[in-house]
Amino acid sequence: MSRRDTSRDTSRDTSRSLLRATSVTHRFGDLVAVDDVSMHVEPGEVVGLLGANGAGKTTLIRMLLGLLATSEGEVVVLGGPPDRARRRRLGYVPQNLGLYRDLTAEENLTFIARAYAAARPVLPPDLAAYAGVLVGDLPLGIQRQVAFVAALCHAPEVLLLDEPTSGVDALSGTRLWDTIRAESDTGVGVLVTTHNMQEAEQCDRLLLMSDGKVVAQGSEGDVIGDTTAIAVHTDDWARTFAALNAAGQPVVLDGRAVRVADGHVARLEQILAAEGITARLEPVPATIEERMLVLARGEADTS
Amino acid sequence: MTFGVRSARVRYGDRTAVDDVSVELDAGSVTAVVGGDGAGKTTLLRALVREVALDGGTVTAPDKDRLGYLPASSGSWAGLTVAQNIDFVGGVFGLAGEALAARRAELLAAAGLTAAVDRPASQLSGGMRRKLGFCMAMVHEPALLVLDEPSTGIDPVSRIDLWRLISETAARGAAVVMSTTYLDEAERAARLLVLDRGRALVQGSYDEVRAGFVGTITRDRAAVRPHWSWRRGRERREYWPDADQPAGQAVVEPDLEDIVVALSLAARNREGAAT
Repeated sequence: MSRRDTSRDTSRDTSRSLLRATSVTHRFGDLVAVDDVSMHVEPGEVVGLLGANGAGKTTLIRMLLGLLATSEGEVVVLGGPPDRARRRRLGYVPQNLGLYRDLTAEENLTFIARAYAAARPVLPPDLAAYAGVLVGDLPLGIQRQVAFVAALCHAPEVLLLDEPTSGVDALSGTRLWDTIRAESDTGVGVLVTTHNMQEAEQCDRLLLMSDGKVVAQGSEGDVIGDTTAIAVHTDDWARTFAALNAAGQPVVLDGRAVRVADGHVARLEQILAAEGITARLEPVPATIEERMLVLARGEADTS
Repeated sequence: MTFGVRSARVRYGDRTAVDDVSVELDAGSVTAVVGGDGAGKTTLLRALVREVALDGGTVTAPDKDRLGYLPASSGSWAGLTVAQNIDFVGGVFGLAGEALAARRAELLAAAGLTAAVDRPASQLSGGMRRKLGFCMAMVHEPALLVLDEPSTGIDPVSRIDLWRLISETAARGAAVVMSTTYLDEAERAARLLVLDRGRALVQGSYDEVRAGFVGTITRDRAAVRPHWSWRRGRERREYWPDADQPAGQAVVEPDLEDIVVALSLAARNREGAAT
């Protein structure tokens, strides 16, 4: 499996980058949590940051926010170091939303706007009916919209979002993306950390981290690279599944077929032949999740 | 044996949480119940395991000793170790001694939790905790396994591993029903049921859902009819329920996300027109 050259920087001019990390490393004792990572977010761009647990996403974000010092390398946020004054120009929506559940939507906005010394934002018309409702009593999709209004009240120049549409229905998810895109259209840079492949597809550019490094970047196709999965078509999926699973293959059910995330055709044919199972094996492009699984298994083999 | 619900209706006060939903759960297959917060997924699954009484319709499900259930909240006791959690549930189902030890070892090996056997559940990662909950729901080899959002919030690598465990359960002949907010997971199930505000928006296999979709979806930089459009990346998609889309627009081959959003919009626009 060939590895792509990920050191190549695709942008021509990074002098206006809203966020830029240059060869940053962070060590916790002997553990290298982030290892020589360079990345940037440009005005008007939505960048997705992907990776399994422990890949280094959170440590990288904490360095970009100035909450964690770099062991090596440099972080530049809005033209300078990530100090308090620059942090005020960022907006952040954590996964747990950062709202007080026992205050109403309106009280939350008043409180958060005061903290940023901003004018209290007006709820958009479709949210006005929820102003006096305790946040804890609101549907999750509405809570997320309120959290966005709160995060945007001080007109941030960069938005950091952690799984912004997780848990909401597909239609509410597209409405949240309307809000995100309305910001990026005015030049705000957006960095989204996500596990959710639907969210990854909404981004302009993806960064895939594994074991502290950026291992691929670009479009969904660039991130998957030449990783393939193998679709196994058979009349008896249950027996096929059982045989491949017993042989330790990373096999999952896919409708009425089974799918092996990280397999070799010859090896799979051997396993199935030993069980007397006839099947047609078809190499298919991997999903981003399968690419991550291949990376994780690669680490386990080498460590 | 086929389990499921027929014309199920559940009300909480004057709110209808599940409204005339039917679904068949076949032995040896995985059914995915998809929808966002408030769609009725949890209520439907709790009705299946008889934690919620129906206000209308019928439930067909095995007795408690053949029924496995992983609730949306944790499903394990934080202060107990992995082994203690399994042993406690095993004891409830009458497993003891060597039979319990063998079953525990088998489940933990399949879930990749063998090395964590003496760790308190509170010290597991989110993905490991969901896998432990899965093992606990599976201790007594149920004929119907009901999983409420087993994969929400866990990382993609753990999610594939969990999907492997779910597939394995179906391969051994159990009927499995799981709720999820991830449409890509639903695409992989033998059958999917999309819930929207308590009602079935669409159901069947993914192929059936695609084949049964009526109308056209186009993509462009801007929408002709904003009420029928939604965001997808830098472009907008637009749904034309009848054969009325304007010439010259790029038509997309809809995926499950397109279909679900289009049908949700159609349901809301119909209601808007009716009032």
